[in-house]
Order: sequence, then structure tokens, then C-alpha cells
Amino acid sequence: MRLNGAQAVLKALEHEGVDTVFGMPGGAILPVYDPLLESSIRHILVRHEQGAGHMASGYAHATGRPGVAVVTSGPAATNMVTPLLDAYMDSIPMVCITGQVALPAIGTDAFQEADTTGITMSATKHNYLVTDVDDIPQVIHDAFHLATTGRPGPVLVDIPKDLVLPAAELDWYEPTSHDLPGYNPIMEGDPEAIAEAARLITEAERPVIYSGGGILRARAAEALLELAEMTEIPVVTTLMNRGGFPDDHELCLGMPGMHGNYTAVMAMQEADLLIALGARFDDRVTGDRGSFAPDAKVIHVDIDPAELGKVRHAHVPIAGDAKLIIGGINASLREKGGTDAQPDRSAWRQTLSGWQEKFPLTYAPHELGDRLKPQAVVEQLRDHTPDDTIVVAGVGQHQMWASQYWTFNHPYTWINSGGLGTMGYAVPAAIGAQVGQPDRMVWAIDGDGCFQMTCQELTTAALEGIPVKIAILNNSYLGMVRQWQELFYEERFSETNLGTLPDFKMMAESMGCVGFRVDSPEEVEATIQKANEVDDRPVVVDFRTLEDEKVYPMVPAGASNSELLVDPSQREQQA
Amino acid sequence: MSDSASKSVTLVVLVENKSGVLARIAGLFSRRGFNIESLAVAPTDDERFSRITIVVDVTTTTIDQVVKQLDKLINVIEISELDPANSVERELLMATVSAPSVESRREVLDLVQIFDAHVLNVGFDRLMVSVSGSQRRLDDFEALLGRHGILEIQRTGKIALSELAKVDPGDQRTDEAT
Repeated sequence: MRLNGAQAVLKALEHEGVDTVFGMPGGAILPVYDPLLESSIRHILVRHEQGAGHMASGYAHATGRPGVAVVTSGPAATNMVTPLLDAYMDSIPMVCITGQVALPAIGTDAFQEADTTGITMSATKHNYLVTDVDDIPQVIHDAFHLATTGRPGPVLVDIPKDLVLPAAELDWYEPTSHDLPGYNPIMEGDPEAIAEAARLITEAERPVIYSGGGILRARAAEALLELAEMTEIPVVTTLMNRGGFPDDHELCLGMPGMHGNYTAVMAMQEADLLIALGARFDDRVTGDRGSFAPDAKVIHVDIDPAELGKVRHAHVPIAGDAKLIIGGINASLREKGGTDAQPDRSAWRQTLSGWQEKFPLTYAPHELGDRLKPQAVVEQLRDHTPDDTIVVAGVGQHQMWASQYWTFNHPYTWINSGGLGTMGYAVPAAIGAQVGQPDRMVWAIDGDGCFQMTCQELTTAALEGIPVKIAILNNSYLGMVRQWQELFYEERFSETNLGTLPDFKMMAESMGCVGFRVDSPEEVEATIQKANEVDDRPVVVDFRTLEDEKVYPMVPAGASNSELLVDPSQREQQA
Repeated sequence: MSDSASKSVTLVVLVENKSGVLARIAGLFSRRGFNIESLAVAPTDDERFSRITIVVDVTTTTIDQVVKQLDKLINVIEISELDPANSVERELLMATVSAPSVESRREVLDLVQIFDAHVLNVGFDRLMVSVSGSQRRLDDFEALLGRHGILEIQRTGKIALSELAKVDPGDQRTDEAT
């Protein structure tokens, strides 16, 4: 079958099972958009390329399938850099197709030319500049393979315009193998190491399972649940693995790290064994590395061998797929006698439950006349939405409160920008998640700073009839930065006041969304109910929250996790 | 290079012979804060692949991380770490040395002879010489030439191969059997 390059791009995407792409046409990618009119693929036309990238990311988070973005050359490609790096840091499978100027024009500073593969080299798992029209099917096939296997990540395919013009033809073929001689991701863990891990677990007196985003990527939540229940070892779920272990489970200690629960943070500090599963000892989890979990031996399971020993020495490093390896550890533990073979850890459990009782997450109650308590808004949202609601956050205080006060009981219900910390992630990612899961309720919990970075995509959602819901915790400040200025810069609030404009309700309405504004606690629940009922277009709720509310607990930057600051109401007990 | 505090390791990296591969490796090293002491790239007998010899400064990073990060590059096929005790290393040096007088020319030629070097080109007041060998040997040659005034110098960076087995593993088995 003779196809031109543009048809081959779409055929290749269809061949990979792509049902939706997020993108925007422009000069160099224009030829690819022509056969799109005949394609089965749904195209979501964004307002800004960054939106396409985060939508693809949200789609991938919510579905487990690779998200796909298609944009043109030059500025479109550079607008894609942030979403690519964001997806790379959080190991999200994504494929991005960019247009490029024609091959003979490359290197001449042509109109809308950018060295896209050069610029995105460190923001992608791999990238390609296609130089022969015959390579299109193979490269796209390889790109999807790379994006979705091993440690997932974004892959970019840059295609010069002359390869997709009608004159560039090829004999279509369906690639049956991969041209990747240097790519052999390890799946199976070393059986000896797995046995050694089981032995260490059986000997540990104060073990903690440190579960990270790799649990979700490996679809290993069930295996993790089995491990925890068999051994009765408590589990902390990092920001990237909220929902990977049910929050309402008695063994769940919640989120560790800079704004983690007291018990989750201190359990890791005091542990004699950390069972790190798909986690990477991020600095936001460890605090000061030198004083992190000083007495703990480490079992470290990760699909990426480079993570093993990168930050923390592992006594038992195991490279491979978390689901397979946890399954192996479970089998080994069962052989040893399962639950009965585990030592008596009642003293450890008592310590933990004592902390939980003494230092639960808490905040001072609302006072008459004050603006809303943001934590209370999150709790109300949690209580008045379905259990399997997908929650999407941007970056900052609102993200931490969402993670802290939501109860995540299902995998793939929490989507946020963890590693890169990309403000503006929530709106487009929520749209992508809603496109991927049209039957689920999707609520973005966003900040007013974040919202203003990417809210133009609500027009996209309105035109497409995507009923995503956005709760803005609007304190008129860059809240997290303000918190740091209050605590560490003597309340010198330099450039964090965003002012009280715009009117988000009117703004939402102008973009074709339903808009609400909530000032008093009495209106919160009723407004959430009204928002839940909208099913044909986006909803924006502007919750006016307290400007000086802070996220606690908090480990000051660079401090030891043992110096965790709890809520002011608990400080006396802590001392 | 001869700083006694620094420690280096030689890696031989087989990569796909595709455009941009060297940039990926260089980018990785700068991004991760790894230091390259020298780097030599050349095609192999198989045109699909190139071989890169990298001398890595491992004073502040572990070689384990360098190897694992390199291995993540999709175009990297194989990495071997060469143990200096069990490898054969070579580097090439070319230099133009000032030799305006008969006496200085004589002295440079003496060095050339002692080091088994070569004179590549002769000018009215200077000589162009080359020598190949171990890094140490080149360092010594360079230091001694320095007395005469080096006008220009280039070194290729080290290339290396594993030392060959001195005993046929087949023979060894026969020995054990008898």
C-alpha cells in the first residue's frame, strides 16, 4: 500500500491503538493534519502547546495508556519542553510528534526552526529526528515501545515537513520488531536478592514499606497490598503513589516527606528496615540525606538500575519490575510461613499508633468572618464526591492539602506534577484525565497562581464538552512561597501577592464554563453538589480561602526529618 | 591529569553509529555533573556501531552511577570498564617545538630517539614531532619537550583494549584433567 508520509504517521498512530491526540497545527506539521480529517483518531485542539503536553500526561496517568501530543516546529516544540520534562521526571508514558522544517532547511535558521531533538534530549527518555520517509512506521513503533516499557517516559519524534508532503511516499509496512539493540529493560528480579529481601523482612523489628510511583507504573498495587497484609508491615505512600495503597487501610501511614504525616515521617526515621518499592529517595522525602532514617537497612526495588544506590546505599538492591519482584518476595515469604513467620512487632505498632493518636493531621477551625479554610474545602470535596473520583492538582499549598486531606482508596485516582513541580499542571492534566476516563468524575484542586498559568484550556474543554471540575483554592497569593517568606524571611512578602483579580467566576463563564464563587463555609457543600450535577461542560468553583493558612507538618528545607514542624496546636506535645 | 588526588576509570562504550549520539553522551555527563578527562570516538569494523573510549574522573562520582546512567541511553549498546592492570592503552601526541639553534635541535632529536618518537615535519626554526604510548609516557615526553618551548600540542585522548589471554582456556582444562 502506497501512502504519503503524513498518512503513514496517522496509520502508525492508529496501529499503536491511539484513540485520542492532543495538539495544535502549524506550518511544519500542517500536512499531517490533512489526513487527520479521515482518521478514526479524536483530536483535541488546545489553546497552547503546553496544554497538549499536560493533557497527554493526565490521559496517561488516568488510563495507563501512552498520551499523545502532536504539535508543530519551533515555538510549539519549545512550548512542549515543560510537559516533556514533567513526564520524564514522573515516568509518564508519552509520545510527542513535532513538525520540523524540511530537511534541506535544517541548520539554516529557517522560519520556526528549533533544534528540537537537541533541546529535548535531556527532557525525554529518547528522541528521534526522522530523516527518511520509509522510517516513519518503524520509528513511531519504537517510540511507543520505549515510552511504555521499562521505566516509562516521554519519547519525541521530530518529523521534517518534506517527509510528510504528498510527494514523499512509502510502501506501508507494519513493523514486527524493534530496532533498539541497546534497549533491554530488566523485568525479572534476581531470585537470590528476592530471597535475601524476604529474609531481611522476616528479621526486621521496625520495618516500613516505602512505596512510590513505581507501584502505579508497574500496576503493582495488588501485590503491595498482599505484601503489607501478609507481613502486617505499615506502608507510607509517597506523593506519586497516593492511592497505590488504600488510605483507609489500618496499615496505611499516609504521605511521608516535607509535608508528610508525622507518623509517616517518623516511622521512616525510626525504622530498622525500609522496603523501598518503586521509590527514589527524592529530597522532598528524605530531607537532609545524612540524617535520614539513620538506623535503616534498605531493600530497594526499582525498574531503573540507576536509581539503586543513586541517593542511598541499598543493602539489597533489586532491579526489575515492581509487580514481579513484590510477587516474588510474597511467594518467598509465604514459603517461610506467611504471617505466622513474622516476628512480634507489637511494640513498633504501638509506637506508630501512639504517634497517630498524638499527631494526626489537623488545622485550626474556621472563625466567623474569616475566609474559608482550604483544608476544610478539600475535606468537603472529598465527602461529597464519588469514592473513585480522580483528583488532579497543580503545585503548591493546594497540592499538599489535596494530598493530605483526600482519602485515596483506589489506584489512579490522584494525578499531580511531582518531580518537576510544574505550576499550571492541573487544568490541562484534568482535561486529559477526563478524556481518558469519560465516565468518572474528575476534580482538579488548583491554586489561583497555578490556575492562571494554563486556564485558557478550559475553552478547549468547553468546546469539546469535557465536564471537568476545577476547585480553585484562591488565597490571592503564591501561597507556598508566601508560607516560606512568613516562616523563613521574617514575613517579608516579596512579590507573592497576586491581587484579587481576575474574577474567576466571570472568567469561567466567558470561556463557556459554569462558574461559581464561594465565600462562606455554609455555601461549600451546596456548591459542590451543583458542580457535580454539571455533565456537559467544565465547572470552575472559586473558593476564597485564608491567605495566611500554612501547610503543616513541614520539614524546613535542608533540615533533618526529625525536625518536623507539626501544627502549632500540637507543638507543646511535640516538645 | 597527573593530579594525585584525582582518580579515573576508562570506559569503552559501544554505541549505535547515529547522529547525535556523542551529544547525548556529552549532555549526560554535563547534566549529571560527571567529568570527562578524555574522549576518543571511532567507527568499528561494523558500520552500524562506533566505539567511544572515555576516561572518567571518579573523584566525586561513583563509576557505578556513571555506567548505569550511560546504560540508560537508548543508543548505548555495551559498556566495559577497563582495569588498567589488564588493558593495553595508547594515546597519540603531536607537538611543534621551538628549535632555533643546532644545539636545541640536537636535544629535541635526542628526546625523539629516546622516546621512540618521530619527526613529522621540519621548519627552519622548529620541529614537529609525534609519539604514541601510555598516558604516563606522553606526560613525560611533554614535560621534557617543554624545556624547549612547545608552540602547539595536541593529544588524542586514550584508546584502550582489554589485554589478551595468555593461556588458552582449552589448554587449562586439559591441564586440570591430567
